[in-house]
Amino acid sequence: MPKINSPAELEKLREGILSRRDPNKPCIAVCTGTGCLALGADKVVAALKEEIKKHGLEDKVDIKETGCPGFCERGTVVVIYPEEICYLQVQPDDAEEVISQTILAKKVIKRLLYVDPTTSEQAVRESEIPFYKNQMRLIIGSNIKLDPKSIDDYLALGGYSALAKVLSQMTPEQVLEEVKKSNLRGRGGGGFPAGRKWEECRNAPGEVRYVIVNADEGDPGAFMDRALLEGNPHSVLEGLSIGAYAIGSHEGYIYVRQEYPLAIENVTIAIKQAEEYGFLGENILGSGFDFTVKVHRGAGAFVSGESSALMTALEGRVGEPRPKYIHTAVKGVRDSPSCLNNVETWANVPLIINKGADWFARIGTEGSKGTKIFSLVGKVNNTGLVEVPMGITLRDVIYKVGGGIPGGKKFKAVQTGGPSGGCIPEEQLDMPVDFDELTKAGSMMGSGGMIVMDEDTCMVDLARYFLNFLADESCGKCVPCREGIRQMLKILTNISKGKGREGDIERLEELSQVTKDASLCALGKTAANPVLSTIRYFRDEYEAHIKEKRCPAYVCKELISYYIDPDKCKACMICLRQCPTGAIAGGKSQIHVIDQEKCTKCGTCFEACPPRFGAVKKISGEPVPPPIPEEARMIARESKEK
Amino acid sequence: MSEITLQIDGREVKAEEGMTILEAAQSAGIYIPTLCHHEKLEPYGACRICTVEIEARGRTNLVAACLYPVEQNLVVRTRSERVDKTRKVLLELMLAHAPDAAELQDLAQEYGADKGRFEKESSFCILCGLCVRYCAEVKKKNAIGFVDRGTRREIIFIPEIASKECWDCKECFPLCPTEALQATFLLTKALMSPPPPSAPESEE
Repeated sequence: MPKINSPAELEKLREGILSRRDPNKPCIAVCTGTGCLALGADKVVAALKEEIKKHGLEDKVDIKETGCPGFCERGTVVVIYPEEICYLQVQPDDAEEVISQTILAKKVIKRLLYVDPTTSEQAVRESEIPFYKNQMRLIIGSNIKLDPKSIDDYLALGGYSALAKVLSQMTPEQVLEEVKKSNLRGRGGGGFPAGRKWEECRNAPGEVRYVIVNADEGDPGAFMDRALLEGNPHSVLEGLSIGAYAIGSHEGYIYVRQEYPLAIENVTIAIKQAEEYGFLGENILGSGFDFTVKVHRGAGAFVSGESSALMTALEGRVGEPRPKYIHTAVKGVRDSPSCLNNVETWANVPLIINKGADWFARIGTEGSKGTKIFSLVGKVNNTGLVEVPMGITLRDVIYKVGGGIPGGKKFKAVQTGGPSGGCIPEEQLDMPVDFDELTKAGSMMGSGGMIVMDEDTCMVDLARYFLNFLADESCGKCVPCREGIRQMLKILTNISKGKGREGDIERLEELSQVTKDASLCALGKTAANPVLSTIRYFRDEYEAHIKEKRCPAYVCKELISYYIDPDKCKACMICLRQCPTGAIAGGKSQIHVIDQEKCTKCGTCFEACPPRFGAVKKISGEPVPPPIPEEARMIARESKEK
Repeated sequence: MSEITLQIDGREVKAEEGMTILEAAQSAGIYIPTLCHHEKLEPYGACRICTVEIEARGRTNLVAACLYPVEQNLVVRTRSERVDKTRKVLLELMLAHAPDAAELQDLAQEYGADKGRFEKESSFCILCGLCVRYCAEVKKKNAIGFVDRGTRREIIFIPEIASKECWDCKECFPLCPTEALQATFLLTKALMSPPPPSAPESEE
């Protein structure tokens, strides 16, 4: 491939690519992001290719292995162009029908369509599915349209036009002003205005400047950065290059965690392709601007996502945070000015350049502009990646996009911002998704994790879970973080075991305050958020655990017991047979009784008891009723046989 | 180097650009407690006992004095209700490891810290890192290091290096504010002697 030497040559190249593509030629796009791959998307692709070959359609149908469109709950996702027919939960066995029916006979396969659980209506196109319909997919929407390993696909969608625009028509200062005007805030956690960070980095003294992509995504349940880097790596590279131009940097890094092999593969390929075309390297598009990018693989520490720790790790040392009284934008990698932004932040940049800061700033709220991608997970019907405009209410995200809570359960809280974030209860669900509003509510935007919890979640147990995560993932350097988390975790564990003492809540609050005030980095400063927010909104649950030794959500094992209601037990033997410890006594026509000494509270009996009987009960905070006397256990049955 | 004027505990203090609050305070004879600080070593900021309250750009904040660079017109308070409370809890957290360490006890008295507030931990070490950093920065031997992270972090002598370097040095011992270092060394010593047959010393 000859190098592209000017914006005009780029447009010619683009025209060439587009002219060779027939928009009416059928194309089957199969999501081969990590989620769908785990569900067997590669086998679906193989089966489709086999069928295409069988029908001799190799020249008439394209197959595209794309990135993640977000509807992970219903993978493997397949979209057929030009009609944009969206098939969900596609299996390799469906390939035959997809080719013979949809491709050849132009018929829609009804059983593969999305069915609305409430109205039973089917949706043919992606855009008709409520999950997608209520989103605003400016960043992630391209994923299903392109093969991340093909730079031509990215170019066909207008790729690198923003880079060409800044290099040929804008000064670095103008780019900076545009990004500042857009009010783009960092998508990685803190929400620091990107333009201000760029400016600080640009104006900092130093010969060398670095720009870095933070792809060390590590919040439990969060995977939006993975999907972007895997699914549309060129958009991140383009954003990074634009940033480098504005800041005056000639070296960039992509710090990506080792556990994201596909993202590493795709971005490495993308860098190579961009170098070949001349979008990276020397004299980019004939502008005189030089810029190279290297991939750096993280070694698996959560704390390395913190900016100073990430930069220390980039230097080849243990990824421990450094004090940030001087910003890393001024003194970062090897003490040079270093501008670190998250994957999603960089991916927003080409959009802002192409469509303008004014356009971008019209989306969202006063303080938070544009869209945000969330990993919507937990007790919600449509788990997956959702991109919504800032300012949408949490209720709309969970109910309109997420389809509500499964199994008719009641919503309890949503955890935003991962381990550094907090819980938001039902009464705050109408809060707009906005950096400042979420912080006010005691949580944070974070990188965009959104874990939905229903009534079966214990908030003490939840706080304990996150603190346990942080006890492992803190670097362990400073006392307030390491020891504060250690002691908070101990107290929470005791409470969940029924060993809570009067004053524990106050002890937790005091430790939280010190951890927040005195810790060295943001991990420690925010570590107490899960504790503080659960105390703030669910103090009564803490009190129930401590004072009544009762777990209102029936989660904390030490505080619950299983009990078979003798009036409801039909002596069906189901629970008795399934009990792994043989703790259930009884027999045919003998009311079953749980031996509390032997019971490990695994809940198998509770799950096994047929709902029409509902004889197994969870109890908490009250003594287990004494077992029914043996002589009273016989059930007189009406004989069904004659 | 330009001169900077700041205010510490109501006193006007002159300092040079690039100095930390701790250095500025020390040069003016104002005491700020430290545990992980050592003049021969790079500031580390781990124990946080030097936490002070600052007022800058209209905001009040807690910062580590050993790391925070002085600024013109910065207002520093080395004692305040918030500072004292923070130091008290930090001491209580460290006392859970080393309840009888003299340095911690002296400070505990000053700040009213209760050494029994938190359950006793199994290690004496408060991970101030003086030994690790002294060995690395001053002696340049790296015979002792940190392993693991989070609440599992600990100090460990690297037997291969320690068996060569430590016998005649032991300069880190007097730096240790608790008994942990000697204990760790004794453990390593026990592990090292008799040296394993494959050790290079046995080659002769």
